[in-house]
Amino acid sequence: MSAPVFRNPVVRWIDYRLPVFTFLNHELNEYPTPRNLSYWWNFGSLAGIMLVTMIVTGIVLAMHYTPHTDYAFESVERIMRDVNYGWLIRYLHMNGASMFFIITFIHMFRGLYYGSYKAPRELLWILGVVILLIMMATAFMGYVLPWGQMSFWGATVITNLFSAIPFVGENVVSWLWGGFAVDNPTLNRFYSLHYLLPFVLVGVVVLHLIALHRFGSNNPLGIDTKGPQDTLPFHPYYTAKDMFGLGVFLIFYALVVFFAPNLFGEPDNYTPANPLATPAHIVPEWYFLPFYAILRAVPNKLGGVVLMFAAIFVLFILPWLDRSPVRSARFRPIYKIFFWILVVDCVVLGVVGANPPEGTWVVIGRIATIWYFLHFIVLLPLLSRLERPRPLPVSISQPVLSGGGYAPAPARAMDKA
Amino acid sequence: MRWSIFGGVAALLMAAGTALAAESEVELPERHWSFDGLFGTFEREDVRRGYEVYRNVCAGCHGLTLIRYRELAALGYSEDEIKALAAEQTYTDGPNDQGEMFERPGLPSDPFKAPFPNEQAARVANNGALPPDLSLLVEARAGGANHVYGVLIGYEEPPADFPLKEGQYYNKYFPGHVIAMPPPLSDGAVAYPEGVEATVPQMAADVTSFLAWAAEPTLEARKRMGVKSVLFLIVFTGLLYAVKRKIWLGVKH
Repeated sequence: MSAPVFRNPVVRWIDYRLPVFTFLNHELNEYPTPRNLSYWWNFGSLAGIMLVTMIVTGIVLAMHYTPHTDYAFESVERIMRDVNYGWLIRYLHMNGASMFFIITFIHMFRGLYYGSYKAPRELLWILGVVILLIMMATAFMGYVLPWGQMSFWGATVITNLFSAIPFVGENVVSWLWGGFAVDNPTLNRFYSLHYLLPFVLVGVVVLHLIALHRFGSNNPLGIDTKGPQDTLPFHPYYTAKDMFGLGVFLIFYALVVFFAPNLFGEPDNYTPANPLATPAHIVPEWYFLPFYAILRAVPNKLGGVVLMFAAIFVLFILPWLDRSPVRSARFRPIYKIFFWILVVDCVVLGVVGANPPEGTWVVIGRIATIWYFLHFIVLLPLLSRLERPRPLPVSISQPVLSGGGYAPAPARAMDKA
Repeated sequence: MRWSIFGGVAALLMAAGTALAAESEVELPERHWSFDGLFGTFEREDVRRGYEVYRNVCAGCHGLTLIRYRELAALGYSEDEIKALAAEQTYTDGPNDQGEMFERPGLPSDPFKAPFPNEQAARVANNGALPPDLSLLVEARAGGANHVYGVLIGYEEPPADFPLKEGQYYNKYFPGHVIAMPPPLSDGAVAYPEGVEATVPQMAADVTSFLAWAAEPTLEARKRMGVKSVLFLIVFTGLLYAVKRKIWLGVKH
């Protein structure tokens, strides 16, 4: 690390004693980044921006919200009607959750396609899966807070899943509820945790970034950077590229917030919670639908719950399931096909999750569930043995600087071994 | 191949959309509302007539408790008119200095008074059915305004051998077709201003507009800000793209 020389004497004085400026300069300014990153690499920073947006809007909402079963619904409507720009803050927050998940899912599929989970980035990937789990818990509890019909019945269905645990299931559920049904104690603890978990998330995101900056970003070629000719300083190149991506994303976000704010929501959640009236269809938020489909694909309750959690936990061991030394799907012709089949499979699971578990939906749901696990547990290990990857380019700079040819060429003297 | 996959995914998503829409079982009437679209606003005349329909017909059974009288100012009612409308109702207030509750006429800051003191009273007066509060009805029903409008115009004779019990009515736009609400509107039920005929579809459309306003009084502010924000963002993003292009100029990547 070359210590930068700061012109401002105050900055220099502080930095000598507390090297935050050196740190920022190192991690955000000169931080060497592969020169060939595509726009698929925008989604990491977008997710970070979304997390901050959710925390800021959430803190403002918390100033006006009342976590009590008798007042929660009304207090949300008060925010919508009487708080200055309350409707804006609430629509930003509630659609922000959907945006956060869209971004995160794209970010994860990017990682799957380009093999970003492979050595030496296994912990980086695992921390990402931890982030997804915390996001899901936070989103679920946040959806309960407006105390509409779907809030209440969603909470009832999901917390009841834990009753499938053998022997202690019923006790665990009562413990989660703080009573014998989803009620005021449940709402209070969900509110408390919904406020807490985003800050836990910030902590895990920091770890995620530390792990990222250890080896730097993966890239579309999936090969390691070999020297300065392969990289660009993060600023101004990628700050500029990320800012443009942010602008495009904000247009989409604004279109939803201002012109279709209830697009991702359920009309039933505009009816106050009523423990005596069950809605015709209890559907979770869209980002849970694939997991909901897996849950319902199994006729046995415990089996369904186990499989649903397994669908996420299988991602933890992904770096050891896919043993292929080649990262990027660009050079893995067969993996590339299976990757796109997996994308379609996840969409199919989402569609199945949105529909009542009847008739052909059950069959489709089961096939898609089996395929999901088959992909990770059987196909990936097999592929890493059987697939013949295409030849890798020698370095990032070579195909870039010599016009895209992938023909092997002798390493230049500059390249590190 | 990649594009064919995108196409396939898009087709699947559309299939999912239709599947979800089919869930509501009934095909709702498609109507163009003044508050639809990017630049939608509430037609004040429609909404005011709709309020008259609500006040003279619906309010007998349905509350609208999220709206306060003062909010009628947004529909063009003057302060005196609002005070007079509020004063038509009596509210229990207190306790006063003697520790007694007392009755007083309504104030502009009071919410619309619910027609029944509690759920049990509402049910006993309505053959066991509970007339829902209408404050959020347009947002709380799949189909939104089209659902509300459809139910109001959807009463007809049941098909032969359709089982209906005492106090039930057939409605072609209500999910399941069985509704406990008697047909609320009849031609000329509300005194309309000169030039507008108080037909059932006209009154239904007007009261639906009023309820859409009641469900989201901030809709106009939202769309206005939306147009400005999106225009700004498009220009700003264009500039960001130019900056990005300039910075990356001459960099092989």
